[in-house]
Amino acid sequence: MPHKIKADKVSLQFQNKQVLTNISFELEGEKIYGLLGRNGAGKTSLLSVLAAFVKPTSGSIAVDGEHVFENANVMEQIVFIRDVKMDDENGKAKKYMKDLSIFRPNFDMDYAERLIQRFKLPTDTEVSKLSRGMQSALHAIIGLASRCPITIFDEAYLGMDAPAREIFYEEVLNDFMEHPRTIILSTHLISEMESMFEEVLIIDQGQMIMHEDAETLRDSGVSVTGAVEQVDLFVNGKHILKEQVLGGTKLAMIYGQLSEQEIEEAKALKLTLGPITLQELFIHLTKEDKQ
Amino acid sequence: MRSSLDENKPIFQQIREMIEDDIVNGNLKEEDQAPSTNQLVAYYKINPATVLKGFNQLVDAGILYKKRGVGMFVAAGAYQMLREQRKQAFQEQYVWSMMHEAEKLGISVEEIKNMIDSMKERQG
Repeated sequence: MPHKIKADKVSLQFQNKQVLTNISFELEGEKIYGLLGRNGAGKTSLLSVLAAFVKPTSGSIAVDGEHVFENANVMEQIVFIRDVKMDDENGKAKKYMKDLSIFRPNFDMDYAERLIQRFKLPTDTEVSKLSRGMQSALHAIIGLASRCPITIFDEAYLGMDAPAREIFYEEVLNDFMEHPRTIILSTHLISEMESMFEEVLIIDQGQMIMHEDAETLRDSGVSVTGAVEQVDLFVNGKHILKEQVLGGTKLAMIYGQLSEQEIEEAKALKLTLGPITLQELFIHLTKEDKQ
Repeated sequence: MRSSLDENKPIFQQIREMIEDDIVNGNLKEEDQAPSTNQLVAYYKINPATVLKGFNQLVDAGILYKKRGVGMFVAAGAYQMLREQRKQAFQEQYVWSMMHEAEKLGISVEEIKNMIDSMKERQG
C-alpha cells in the first residue's frame, strides 16, 4: 500500500535564518518525485525534516497521518541518502552495509552484491579510503538495497561520473518497477534527470513554488518568435518568463498553454511557436531578479 | 526506435509517435508485439508512468491492443488509420510551413509546383 506523505505549513528557522517558509504538499506515493531547487533553496532542509533528522520550527510532516519526528515506526520506513564523505567510517563496504541493514527490515543483500558488481565497488578497501565516486556509489547502493517504502536521494549522484550516474538512473527505474515505492530525487541537474520524474516539486528561497505532474509541466510553456511588434501584440497580457530582442526579431517565453484560437492567432501573425524545456522553465521560475 | 529523446516535447507523445513511426514505415506490422514498458524505461531512462500514458493513448486510438499478461500488440487496420492521419498532418504541417516560407521569399504557388516537378525528375 502506498504511503501518503503530507506536509502541513512547514517552516524552519536555523540560527535566526528563515530556511523554509510555510511549505505544504501532499504526495500520494509509489511514484518517482523530483525535488528541484537551486543551491541553497532549501532542498536538503526540507528533506531532512521529512526524514525526521530535523524538527521543524512550526508545522509538521506526517506519513499516513503519523508525525515523522521522533517516531521510530515511521523512521524505519524512510531512508535518506546524502552524498556525504565517509572519512571517519571504519570497516569495508560489506561489513558497513551489514551493520546498517539491521535497521532496514527490507534490506536485500543479494541486490546490494549485484550493485557492488555493477558499480565495480572495491570490497577489500576501507570505506574511508574509497574514492569520492565510490563513496557516492556506496551511498546509492545502500539507498536502493534498503528498499524502504520512502526512499530519498538528496543529490546522491554528485560524486559520480557520467557512466556511474547512468547505472544509478537505470537501477532506480528498474528497481522501482519491480518494487514500487515512493522515491524522491533532489537535483539541479534537470535536463539529465527530468525524464525519470512522474511529479515535480520546485522549491525556491525556502518556498514551494510548484508541484505538478512532470508531463503537464513540460507542456506548460511556449516560446514565441517573430517580428517585434507582432510578438508584443501576441504576448500582451500573458505571463511572460523571458523576452529577448535580436535585431527586428523577438523571442518571448510565456507560461501557460495556448488555446486553439490563440494558436490560430499566432499563425495569422506569422509567429513561430515552440516548446520550452523543463530546464528553461525552472531557470526562469527561480531566477533572483524576478519581479 | 530513436537513439535519444527530444527534450522539447512531452515524452509520452514521443513514445506514441515512435510506435506510430514504426508502424507507418513497416518495422512493426499488424499483430506484431510492441516494445515492452520495461524495455523502453531501461533504454530511455524514463518514468514508467510516462510510457504507459503513451501506450494508453495508442490503445484508446485503436492502434494498439492489450493481451492480458503478454503485452501490447499492433491492431488490425492500424497502418491504414495512421496513414490517413499522417496525410492530413502532412497538409497541415509540411505544406503550411512550406507555403509560409515561400511567402517570405516571394515564391509563387506556380514556382513551388515547378520546384516539386524538377525534384521529382531528379529523383528519377
